[in-house]
Amino acid sequence: MTDIAPSTPAVSATGGESGSLYVEQSLMKRRNAAEVRFRTYGIAAIVVALLTLAIMLFTIVRDGSSAFFQATISFPVTVDAAVVDTAGNRNPAEMSKTTTIGYARILGDSLVTYLEGRDMAVEGMTRKEIVDMISKDAPARLRDRVLADPTLVGQTIAVDAFVIGRIDGYFKGRVTREIAERDSNVTVTQLDLADKMAEAGILRSKFNWSFVTAPDASDLRPEAAGLGIALIGTLYMMFLVLIFTLPIGIAASIYLEEFAPKNWLTDLIEVNISNLAAVPSIVYGILGLAIFINFAGLPASAPMVGALVLTIMTLPTIIIATRSAIRAVPPSIRDAALGVGASKMQTVFHHVLPLAMPGILTGTILGLASAAGETGPLLLIGMVAFVANYPASPLDGGFLDPASALPVQVYSWASRSDPAFIERSSGAIIVLLIFLVLMNVTAILLRRRFERRW
Amino acid sequence: MSVAIISLIVLALALIGYVVGRQRALQTAQGDPRKLHSLPVYYGQTVFLFVAVPAFALLAVWLIAQPMVIDARIAVDLNPRISEDASASKLAMEDVARIANGIDALQANTGMTNDEIRNMRADLSDVRGRLAEVGVALGAEVDPQIFEMAKSFRTMQRSGAFIMTFAVLTAAVIGFVWSVRRITPEFRARNVSETFVRWLLIAAAGVAILTTIGIVFSLMSETIRFFGIYPAGDFFFGLTWNPQFRGGSDLGLIPLLWGTLYISFVAMVVSVPIGIFAAIYTAEYASPRVRSVVKPLIEVIAGIPTVVFGLFALVTVGPLLRDYFAVPFGLGTSGSSVMTAGLVIGILNIPFISSLTDDIINAVPQSLRDGSLGLGATKSETIRKVVLPAALPGIVGAVLLAASRAIGETMIVTMGAGAAAKLDLNPFEAMTTITVKIVSQLTGDLAFDSPETLVAFALGMSLFVITLCLNIFALWIVRKYREQYE
Repeated sequence: MTDIAPSTPAVSATGGESGSLYVEQSLMKRRNAAEVRFRTYGIAAIVVALLTLAIMLFTIVRDGSSAFFQATISFPVTVDAAVVDTAGNRNPAEMSKTTTIGYARILGDSLVTYLEGRDMAVEGMTRKEIVDMISKDAPARLRDRVLADPTLVGQTIAVDAFVIGRIDGYFKGRVTREIAERDSNVTVTQLDLADKMAEAGILRSKFNWSFVTAPDASDLRPEAAGLGIALIGTLYMMFLVLIFTLPIGIAASIYLEEFAPKNWLTDLIEVNISNLAAVPSIVYGILGLAIFINFAGLPASAPMVGALVLTIMTLPTIIIATRSAIRAVPPSIRDAALGVGASKMQTVFHHVLPLAMPGILTGTILGLASAAGETGPLLLIGMVAFVANYPASPLDGGFLDPASALPVQVYSWASRSDPAFIERSSGAIIVLLIFLVLMNVTAILLRRRFERRW
Repeated sequence: MSVAIISLIVLALALIGYVVGRQRALQTAQGDPRKLHSLPVYYGQTVFLFVAVPAFALLAVWLIAQPMVIDARIAVDLNPRISEDASASKLAMEDVARIANGIDALQANTGMTNDEIRNMRADLSDVRGRLAEVGVALGAEVDPQIFEMAKSFRTMQRSGAFIMTFAVLTAAVIGFVWSVRRITPEFRARNVSETFVRWLLIAAAGVAILTTIGIVFSLMSETIRFFGIYPAGDFFFGLTWNPQFRGGSDLGLIPLLWGTLYISFVAMVVSVPIGIFAAIYTAEYASPRVRSVVKPLIEVIAGIPTVVFGLFALVTVGPLLRDYFAVPFGLGTSGSSVMTAGLVIGILNIPFISSLTDDIINAVPQSLRDGSLGLGATKSETIRKVVLPAALPGIVGAVLLAASRAIGETMIVTMGAGAAAKLDLNPFEAMTTITVKIVSQLTGDLAFDSPETLVAFALGMSLFVITLCLNIFALWIVRKYREQYE
């Protein structure tokens, strides 16, 4: 090496610049600038992705959190026996002949008298305008309450009644006075009275449990719409999907991972599974419509059909996750078990499966979480239809009763014209996301608690 | 007896079988398990399997088959005038089922005896009024013939349920007796039960094949029916999409395909650079700590349901693009547009591309990087000139998989792209996709003999074929590439 004379650096020979490594040459400058640029692109890409995520979540929480609060009028109501209980014997069966129209009259009368008593009349406001401020849902709730407890008849009770969606929107900043002038559903005088009532403390914003528990309501009563049926539907479906996918997924994965000989049949199954995992979800909706509803004659909108479709859809994903959990169990475990005389089946069921179980459960829960958010296929099997009654309990065939699902409820509210439903839709998303976060946290905890590294 | 109770009985019988089988095995060996071929539990297990599995299989098959058989036998009685028309006979069958349910409710509420029901005649008594009392509303007066059919529907349903209970329980008992009597010390219980379990495992693995067959069958049969009514050439090459409910619709695929591809193209323009750069940063530059925070955060995007992105497109992105881009530049006044849907699908696809690309970049051997860095290349030069070319086939595979997801995406386009089928170049114009039209043609009241409904199956078939080809191609590329470095 020593006999090679140190040659002059090529750059200085051709470019005429100094050869010192301490001075950046123009080429090197450009290369370093490119390096910085390249790195910035990477950071920018990540920032863009995470920023959009943050903006999306922020807008949804901003729009949706108000759905959990509802402007409510609290006033005393005299339950007039002459209207409610014409027979006068407090028998709920006979009292049920009085429809909500009668109760609406009671509510209206009581509100007008109460406001007059507190001297809150607004110039030029008709009785109808005052009565129309109460939600069309309030009479039905009062009726249910009185029928459940007939001793209330003839008494004066405290009632919390929702105001109509437009006035609620006024307090949430969605409806302004300019809009109200052009809107046939609300008048400016109603807003004036609402302001007065809010000052007097009669009208307050209260936490609205019925948003989570009540059934859906029609287009005209956004204030009464709730998520109850959708929640039950989603819970029913998740339960069924779990009991369908877990055994089938585990059995299929064990066969493919531990027993399957290498032949055309198992190759076919493997290719099938990886392709099925990438089939668009809407195709599974068509499958459900054609096979479960048209061919097998199961009822539309039923959680059972939804669960079958979601099962078929998530099974490939769950099989892939389960197989990798089984593969992660080191071969030495199998060798040891076989070595002390266990049969192949004993090895798998007594040793491999228990060790792989945390991984299998984690994968299954994550699969369930993605199934819980799926909307498209459920639209095709009719779960978007309006359902007014809660499904029965599972023991009474509730799995075949019509129900809705959380993500479908989000969609159906978002497609209604009243902007009050956009708030509800975002609120439903918050509930859905809480649901998904809980499932994911369970999966992470399971992994943390039981994961073993070999 | 309800299905739940039958299942519980069968399960109880199987559990008893387990105990009895085990006891009997020990008894035949005079209490000395060493004389048995297998461990005592395996004798119990064979009894359990032979009681439970055939009985439950029979139950499942019966539950699926019984409604079909009853429908077919009832339909024979239908007026030939009605049975010739497919939709009319379907309506009649629905009426039959509804009236039958109504009679059940009537019986439960009023305590009518079976004889009273049998003597009830639609032409003599007010059936409609009485059914309305128990909450079963009927559109018209009850046709006496339909009412008689409803009565025989009920009897058949009852006798069917009775025979099913009997058959299932008999199967369970036969399995019980037969498998218990088989037990002798020489009986190879472990081998028998393991073979049985093995067949169960194979059956579970076969579900994947069954699903594929189900998809292809359900799409194919209705698509063929559609092409029987509507010419295939007009479907594949028609330039207008204009369904009419009175017939005479134009059902051309081209405008929908154009919308689908245009939106997917916009989505890929957004997601490919962002996804790949994010993956490069997390795989090559980020410190382990940054990586362990950023990677899961990006993957959170993939865990959010698509309907949430749909609402985001509808409420935030759409109006934003309309007010700040489309209207000022005079490009349109629609909130839902190709751009809206494309951007949001692009965001949804970022984690998909970035996590696959990240895996692929990590699979490139370190020696390639070391060689390049050793020659004096900067880090970015190494990535651009060495790592990315080596990872290219895998990245192409990831991009193709993401494209197939963009094409099959439903909720975002349903909520953000609009419903107008157009052949237009303006990205701020509302356009529609194959998936949107599948949803709109298959929700609401369906008539399975009109081309307007059946076209959804042809659309589904086209979508399935397009995405399947993309997936197979992508998986082939990824697999081929993996073999190179492993």
